[in-house]
Amino acid sequence: MEEMVRLERLTKRFGAVQAVDGVSFSVARGEVLGFLGPNGAGKSTTMRMLTGFVLPTSGTAKVMGFDVVREPREAKRRIGYLPEGAPLYGDMSPLAFLRFVGEMRGIHGKELARRIGVAVERTALEEVANRPIETLSKGFRRRVGLAQAILHDPPVLVLDEPTDGLDPNQKHEVRKLVREMSRDKAIIVSTHILEEVDAVCDRVVIIARGRIVADAKPEELERRSPLHNAVRLTLERERVEEASEAIRTLNTVREVQRLEEMNGVATLLVLPVDGADLGAQVSQLLHGRGIRIERLAVERGRLDDVFRALTQGPSA
Amino acid sequence: MDIVRTVVRRELAAYFTTPLAYVFIVIFLALAGAFAFFLGGFFERGQADLESFFVFHPWLYLFLVPAVAMRLWAEERRTGTIELLMTLPASTFQIVLGKFLAAWIFTGIALALTFPFWLTVNYLGEPDNGAILAAYLGSWAIAGAFIAIGACASALTKNQVIAFVLGAAICFLFLMSGVDLVLAAFRGWAPDWFVDLIASFSLITHFNELAKGVIGAATAVYLATLVGVCLLVNTLIVDLEKAR
Repeated sequence: MEEMVRLERLTKRFGAVQAVDGVSFSVARGEVLGFLGPNGAGKSTTMRMLTGFVLPTSGTAKVMGFDVVREPREAKRRIGYLPEGAPLYGDMSPLAFLRFVGEMRGIHGKELARRIGVAVERTALEEVANRPIETLSKGFRRRVGLAQAILHDPPVLVLDEPTDGLDPNQKHEVRKLVREMSRDKAIIVSTHILEEVDAVCDRVVIIARGRIVADAKPEELERRSPLHNAVRLTLERERVEEASEAIRTLNTVREVQRLEEMNGVATLLVLPVDGADLGAQVSQLLHGRGIRIERLAVERGRLDDVFRALTQGPSA
Repeated sequence: MDIVRTVVRRELAAYFTTPLAYVFIVIFLALAGAFAFFLGGFFERGQADLESFFVFHPWLYLFLVPAVAMRLWAEERRTGTIELLMTLPASTFQIVLGKFLAAWIFTGIALALTFPFWLTVNYLGEPDNGAILAAYLGSWAIAGAFIAIGACASALTKNQVIAFVLGAAICFLFLMSGVDLVLAAFRGWAPDWFVDLIASFSLITHFNELAKGVIGAATAVYLATLVGVCLLVNTLIVDLEKAR
């Protein structure tokens, strides 16, 4: 795998505040990295250092081998960046704005017109291309910001909360776009929406109080959830007590929780020891006792539990 | 050079898409005319020249030019577009220069629109058109110096009002550094050579020459240096903000 972005012990201090503290990771071609963390954890500051807007206090960031501090223009040329909140020149139309950004990037004439055409089409901006940006809806503005980031077809994309404030359809479109572009690019997407991770990311880096607390595949993170491989059982109410007594005797079961009851059925949540696979065992056991199972579902685990556990350390 | 031109074009367009440009031009023309006629005695002097017109320009510029320069950086800061701008592959100086040139060209347009004065004196008599052209260039140069100062002030804040007040105050110091009002503040403690140095910064002394249509080498060097230093300081301010 070709490594396209590399952060090494990247650190930023604002006065007495340690905003980012020794963050290291790398992103390869074809990879979509989800950059997660609670608000104020240092996501945006890290991205700003990577894109050359903020100088690191120490540590290095390289884009396609170019150091963002020592060779900023070479590095910036290879990055498409959507800053947090997608700031734009409100007085310009999307077309004029894209022309400006293109020319600043040294693209001119027919090539510029062609690339603007591609970017406008990919972000579905045709109908608003000539309206002043300040009159556009949040969704359109975000897409203008995206169009600007992909205009020069950069090998590295850095998107700071690209779906923030979009409606579900727009979110879906943006995620689809990110997926489509990921084939030959390295993409870093920051977000605090966890569903996004499942939808687009190959890998997740979680940051809290300026430090990386996890760097793993989404499935691996789900496995860390106490709910991973938990079994959710729906049974007839009369036999719930009996069933839960029986299940508790299994040595792979950590806990049995009784959830809601309605319409004569009840739901049990069976938590395994160390994420053991319980489904087959439980259903066999209940079958043996002649207890009818209305429904049985195995949980994958919830990222938000893992996220909370990782980002709310002892000091929080 | 491409990048500077692109910045100039975008900034100029930004002036003309807001009412600021038109308000500025109208007020500038109205005041330039009013000062020349009522304070300068444009007709009463009975001379076919524009000295009574040019002599008030520094005072007009003192509060109009900082208003042109105040948005250059403060607006980018306030709206966050500075992040977009500074992550494009351009050097800070190119952007500083482009913004300065755009504002300077804009004041040039306003100044050029005073051409009816020139037509009037040519209709009424036979003025020295070379001297008038020189005075126009001199006036434009003073506007340039004020813009360079105002741009620095704008880079220091995200509040345009602060940028305006700060810019106007610094411009005032430069304009008036030759008079006792300013020099008295230094005379008590600073050595004589320093007081003389401050006095030599005075734009008004240089401008009085320019208004007569005389462009001296010392004045040209002084203005070019002032603008150059301001652009470098501007670049430094923007770059330091990144390292903060």
